[in-house]
Amino acid sequence: METIPDTSGYMIAGYVITFITMGLYVLSIYLRNKNLHRDLETLEELDPKKSSK
Amino acid sequence: MQSKPIALTILDIVSVILLGIAAYLALFFAPTEAVMGDVQRVFYFHIGTAWVGLVGFVVAAGTGIAYLATKDMKWDRFEVAAVEVSTMFFFITIVLGSIWARPAWNTWWTWDPRLTTAAVTELIYVAYFMLRQGIEDPDKRARFGAVYALLGGLSAPITFMVIRLFRTIHPVVIGNASAEAQGGFDMTADMRTAFFFALFAFTIIFIDMMWHRIRLGGLQEKVEQLKLNVAM
Repeated sequence: METIPDTSGYMIAGYVITFITMGLYVLSIYLRNKNLHRDLETLEELDPKKSSK
Repeated sequence: MQSKPIALTILDIVSVILLGIAAYLALFFAPTEAVMGDVQRVFYFHIGTAWVGLVGFVVAAGTGIAYLATKDMKWDRFEVAAVEVSTMFFFITIVLGSIWARPAWNTWWTWDPRLTTAAVTELIYVAYFMLRQGIEDPDKRARFGAVYALLGGLSAPITFMVIRLFRTIHPVVIGNASAEAQGGFDMTADMRTAFFFALFAFTIIFIDMMWHRIRLGGLQEKVEQLKLNVAM
């Protein structure tokens, strides 16, 4: 009877890379969102249209 | 400041649950393939990410047409989101394919028609962001981006069809494989369950990520507009 080859190391590497890549992308969206909100707050304080109201 | 819609929060939760179930089905529920062993399990996420990657590139081409026809910036935001999320997913597809190829084909990479068109597609969309980075005027950037996404979108059907049209060692899951194909296998009922669930899960995750990226694009536009107001 033929034995099934042990290729579990490749499988683990594949799933680890998948989750890390997706995690990094979600983190990048979160960080960009946070930075843009901070920029928005600062710019709204400086905006002459809003300041004059 | 726009608050996050409740539907998006629900979609976030659903996406995480679906990803967990898809991983469970792929890693534990589906049987071990007799010839390749456990590495075959990357196939479920390989196809799932390839599906949303290629569909996203076609969606980007469609939104490119919509922008050119209407000049409405919402289509530009949609297009950027589709390209960015798809590029990320398609990167995973290529990496998983390479990992699978090592034990199956005894090489990490070979310039087979499918692998070559996939690599070219990914590079086309990396270049898309380089092109946009180099253009300051928002209207010009959106116009050039739309034309580029429209032309780049042709690479998606070519990548999909190439294994059905040319002699290639890449296996075909649906349809007839080339006689040269290596590493193909017949799916059992449990494998099919894991396969179709992964397709469904990645479709929902893709929509969720697109929604977040579109909102981010809206915020970026607002900040750019405010910067102009402050500078004047």
